[in-house]
Amino acid sequence: MRFYEFESKKLFGMKGIPLPSGSRVAKSAAEAKEIAASIGGPVVLKSQVLSGGRMKAGGVLFADTPDEAVAAAEKILALEINGHAPVGVLVEGRAPIDQEYYVGVTWDGFARQPVMIFSDMGGIDIEEVAEKHPEHIAKRNFSTLAPFSEFMAKELVAAVGVSGGELNKLTQITTRLARTFIEHGLTLAEINPLARLADGTFVCLDGHVDMEDEARDGQKALLAKLEIDPQEKRQARPPTKFEQDGVVVDSADHRGVAGNVVEFDGDLGLVIGAGGGSLTLFDAVRKHGGRPANYCEIGGNPSVSKACNLTKLILSKPGVKKIAVMMNVVSNTRVDIVARGVVKGCVELGFDPAEKIAIFRIPGSWEGDGFQILEHYGVEYCDRSVSMFEAAGRAVAKMKDA
Amino acid sequence: MSILISKDTTFIIQGITGREAVNMTRECLDYGSKIVGGVTPGRAGREIYGVPVYDTVQAITSKTRVDGSIVCVPPAFTRDAVFEALAGGIQIIVIVTERIPRFEVAQMVEMAKAKGARIIGPNCLGVLSPDEAKLGGLGGRAVDAKKAFTKGPIGVMSRSGGMTTEMCNTLTAAGLGQSTAVSIGGDAIIGSTYADLMPLFEADQETKAIVIYCEPGGRMEAELAAYVVEKNSRLPIVAFMAGRFMDEMPGMRFGHAGTIVEGKADTTADKIEGIEAAGISVAERIEDIPGLVKQRLGMS
Repeated sequence: MRFYEFESKKLFGMKGIPLPSGSRVAKSAAEAKEIAASIGGPVVLKSQVLSGGRMKAGGVLFADTPDEAVAAAEKILALEINGHAPVGVLVEGRAPIDQEYYVGVTWDGFARQPVMIFSDMGGIDIEEVAEKHPEHIAKRNFSTLAPFSEFMAKELVAAVGVSGGELNKLTQITTRLARTFIEHGLTLAEINPLARLADGTFVCLDGHVDMEDEARDGQKALLAKLEIDPQEKRQARPPTKFEQDGVVVDSADHRGVAGNVVEFDGDLGLVIGAGGGSLTLFDAVRKHGGRPANYCEIGGNPSVSKACNLTKLILSKPGVKKIAVMMNVVSNTRVDIVARGVVKGCVELGFDPAEKIAIFRIPGSWEGDGFQILEHYGVEYCDRSVSMFEAAGRAVAKMKDA
Repeated sequence: MSILISKDTTFIIQGITGREAVNMTRECLDYGSKIVGGVTPGRAGREIYGVPVYDTVQAITSKTRVDGSIVCVPPAFTRDAVFEALAGGIQIIVIVTERIPRFEVAQMVEMAKAKGARIIGPNCLGVLSPDEAKLGGLGGRAVDAKKAFTKGPIGVMSRSGGMTTEMCNTLTAAGLGQSTAVSIGGDAIIGSTYADLMPLFEADQETKAIVIYCEPGGRMEAELAAYVVEKNSRLPIVAFMAGRFMDEMPGMRFGHAGTIVEGKADTTADKIEGIEAAGISVAERIEDIPGLVKQRLGMS
């Protein structure tokens, strides 16, 4: 879950990482004016969206007076960036900058440990610095078992050639950032740029925080302090109504998964699983020229009612003509239970399962019982001798006459 | 031969009295696996399909040899269970549990490394060596597992548990049995990556080729490619790459926890380019895998 900039900064502020003066988020232009007035000098106003390219899109504006701040806030609040409407405008004091740095903590997939990254070339894409100016970047892994100690941050910062009073200040900020990463289940904690102002102090000009979903249960207190709804799913785009309904279906009971629904604009509804199987099947449908209406995942042996309600949700989506029910060879999900659920879903909506279910391809545990049900309703099914790819092809072929 | 487990592997199940674990106990016993005990705190004295239940791992390791453990406890208790198994000197730990915070997974992996033990998973279905044993839910009931998995020369590794069975089933149908199939887990950080397990397959003289299932996200495929080039591996590898549609949808999480496109290196296009450059064959469809394997082995 990505944090908005103002949430990232609020978290950093709580941890003693210095922020620009008066940094606060406004929901209205009037509120922005108040904040600007209380700062009492030049300010920067920044659109709060979960999208890159804010500066280019006109989502970052400067103001020298509270009245200018009102005009800027109005513009920003009305501006959608890459389809995202801003949730507010961040207002903060602007001061002359001497130098920009980069400091970040994230996971190192190779080392399977966190990694701290520091550069004295901040404000630009860190991957670009790594490529073009490797001497200006330092990285250091740290243990997840040994306590984090300040010297680790000091070694990192010193490796780029920073010394003097700056070294101590940067060590402290980096240490605080690393501890925040550890304490709060983050997958990214980044300050870019971290600015050294003309008066020698450091401030976090922009911050990025990503928290993994798995950590959220343990972070309820923090999320409450940041006023983030613990149920809120934040992906690259906000969830659609259809996707929210999918969450309701999946959370109706704790048995198995029949959810992770993602909306697409096609005509073939997909009742598919599990994690890897869904990815494989979605690719297969598209390869055959099919147009999926959705992505979803079934797994872990969901109840009949869950499979039924997922089927109904997908069949009720405008434009869906048929559904394809497909999985890899299953081990713990029972074929008969899924068969019963999808047939029930069709019948409850007044559809003929034989007509609505383009193909049923779930081989594996209890398949004999499952196939018997499908046989009874005249639904086309296949066993493991038909590949996932071929099954997807059969479903897509049926859509041509649908 | 096989890697990691054989007929003689003795293991325990931590969290054995849970609903899924009870089923798994039955499946593993039916497949011929040697389960020497189970652990659920407060439930000592019970039996699950004849397997005695204890309060602690130590109660079992103090009196009998235990090679492995399947950890099947809720996410909040997993780290402790794994540390307990490691403290008991257990060498192979299969973590079935999903949704464990990444930091805790990293701690378990780091602790296992310090102890010279191996973790498979988390968020996996375990390990199966056909006609030897299975540790975990892979393949489901013994009768089903025997349909999909047969003994032979192919080592299988997969980030998806379900696709492990699907691929082995396809190999079996084409007359290509498996030495050992490993569901390595779908999380961003896992105990044993493809590259971690490669030396074991290299050392197993009966393994002649490797088949892997890959998806977007993470650096595991890049790590494998680097390994293959650096070690000049004797084993030809055939890979299947799922989730190609995700390349167009950065930032969206599909399937497993570790499956997300955050940067160019996470895309299937980039991964395919990397592994092909290392001499790994990439199958477009699952059913193309056996043909590519036979071709690489000079069988066709």
